[in-house]
Amino acid sequence: MWMTELPPFVPFYVGALLALLTRGRVRGLVMVAIPILGAAHLWMTPEAVYWQLQFFDYELMPYRVDKLSLMFGYVFHIAAFISIVYALHVRDTVQQVAGMLYAGSALGAVFAGDLLTLFVFWEMLATSSVFLIWARRTDRSYLSGLRYLIIQVLSGVILLVGSLMYLEETNSLVFGDIGLQGVHGWLIFLAFGIKCAFPALHNWLTDAYPEATPTGTVFLSAFTTKVAVYALARGYAGTELLVYIGAVMTCFPIFFAVIANDLRRVLAYSMINQLGFMVCGIGIGTALAINGAVSHAFNDIIFKGLLVMSMGSVLHMTGKIKGSELGGLYKTMPKTTLLCLVGAASISAFPLFSGFVSKSMVMAAALENDYHWIWLMLLFASAGVFHHAGIKIPFFAFFARDSGIRTSDPPLNMLLAMAIAAILCMTIGIYPQVLYQLLPDQTDYNPYDATHVLTQTQLLFFSALAFVFLNLRGLYPPELKSVNLDVEWFYRRLIPQLAGAFFAAIWRVDSLLRAAFLGRLAWLSSFLTKHHGPGQLISADRPTAGMVAWVMVLLASYLILSFIA
Amino acid sequence: MSDDKKYIFDNPKNIKRVLYLLYASCALLFGLEFVIHRHTVHSLEPVLGFYAIYGFVGCVTLVLIAKWMRTFLMRSEDYYDRYELKEKEGDIHVDD
Repeated sequence: MWMTELPPFVPFYVGALLALLTRGRVRGLVMVAIPILGAAHLWMTPEAVYWQLQFFDYELMPYRVDKLSLMFGYVFHIAAFISIVYALHVRDTVQQVAGMLYAGSALGAVFAGDLLTLFVFWEMLATSSVFLIWARRTDRSYLSGLRYLIIQVLSGVILLVGSLMYLEETNSLVFGDIGLQGVHGWLIFLAFGIKCAFPALHNWLTDAYPEATPTGTVFLSAFTTKVAVYALARGYAGTELLVYIGAVMTCFPIFFAVIANDLRRVLAYSMINQLGFMVCGIGIGTALAINGAVSHAFNDIIFKGLLVMSMGSVLHMTGKIKGSELGGLYKTMPKTTLLCLVGAASISAFPLFSGFVSKSMVMAAALENDYHWIWLMLLFASAGVFHHAGIKIPFFAFFARDSGIRTSDPPLNMLLAMAIAAILCMTIGIYPQVLYQLLPDQTDYNPYDATHVLTQTQLLFFSALAFVFLNLRGLYPPELKSVNLDVEWFYRRLIPQLAGAFFAAIWRVDSLLRAAFLGRLAWLSSFLTKHHGPGQLISADRPTAGMVAWVMVLLASYLILSFIA
Repeated sequence: MSDDKKYIFDNPKNIKRVLYLLYASCALLFGLEFVIHRHTVHSLEPVLGFYAIYGFVGCVTLVLIAKWMRTFLMRSEDYYDRYELKEKEGDIHVDD
């Protein structure tokens, strides 16, 4: 009986410890075994509250299992397995241990039944994952990781403050529906929003993910943001504001994705775009919409993982990741090309690929609930995601002009991890029931009706036609060695510069004051010297006789005056 | 690093073939609209070729706007590094 009571994060934390103590093949074996055993264990775990304990006066539920958390639990095991296989060749203890701790923390967070436990794992996510960025061991990744850590920890602190106010208000810490009531509701919303990369809070993602190691980004892409999606689905389902936030999230990043040069940064922007569909679904809040959001999160972890892995392979094999430096790799990396194309088809939601069966649920829900403008935005974003993630990524990496790079497909373990992800994308696309039966709400949704298949295919093929048209007419923006400004400019450039100017001003005033004071001091010193110096008027070395003579003069004149008067 | 081996898309004819395949698919998909009856919800959906036009126009607009955004958002590659990495080495001193 104790087995079912073992929370899913425990095997991963034990695995992290074992990874620290073992080396070579043993470590590889342990790391691969843990997600497999963990998944088998979770598969047999029925829904219930398993842990309940008293903390001072408060009831805590560190381990609660229901359909929503199970769905994320399953996919996190799959993601952990794929990421670990992909990283098997890495001989870097820091990354192996951080990866295990990170995956475990994500599992801890989705099975947390109360806000305090959620907070603990929320911060563990931040502190374990930052090592995957720092493991790149460059100055840039160090600074990027630092910014990432500050923002993530800030999100945790806001969550803690919000939770304590929630406790004050409701006398309970149970993590259920929260809603936008009171300051606590908004604070927790903001904490989730930072981790979910809401517009203007999104830059940590596009800043840090492209700076992590090739294998680290695969871990990163799976967990942090999806934990936030889970938290929003749990606490804020049906909050209308999320519909609008989600719609903006689907649209604005695609513009940045089209002009970004670093292909992993393109994927980071496209991740925000996909999160937008999930956030939108959570905001609509009907059974169909929540199902759509959750299943899209499930699929996104796999197909985005596949795309990140294919770009990681390119970086691993060529040392380059900028669109302006790549091209023509299909010649020597044919398998990677093919696998990348499967990921591209899935994220673009081609029929028979996984994105198709989940994204359409959110779109259908938007129409059903009369969000007509939102639906148009989502449709635009669907065409846009095909444009940048479906075409741009494979085109500039593997086709386009020949960069002259000749390499080979990556090591077997990396190919294997990508193949597993690709097979899952296609399996879910062809047999959506595999996925649908796990969903939190019962559904009879069928994505494969003639209208839907036709319209979606039309949308995608004509988007491809637009790409061809723009390219042939020379209108397509070339890949340029550049960076594009985004919200991060405020905290990476403006604030440091303002702070620099502010401190410079302080230093200037300070030095002026010092100079003025020193000037006065010098004057005083010379003044004193002038009068007190040797031989001067009030000098100490003047003979007393002088003074006596002056007193004599004074007294004498007094005497004379008294005679006259 | 370059080699002399010929690959599939080194032959311009093959690129042409892919493009013709795309044009044919687009034409076919557009034509299917006359055959398959679409059930519609949104008021714009019944418009002939709505999805095709929306996809094409949407993507062209997307790219043109993004291209225009470059005029005021694009900076040199070392835009942030110049400031941040130098600072780390302690080269910048405000009172210098």
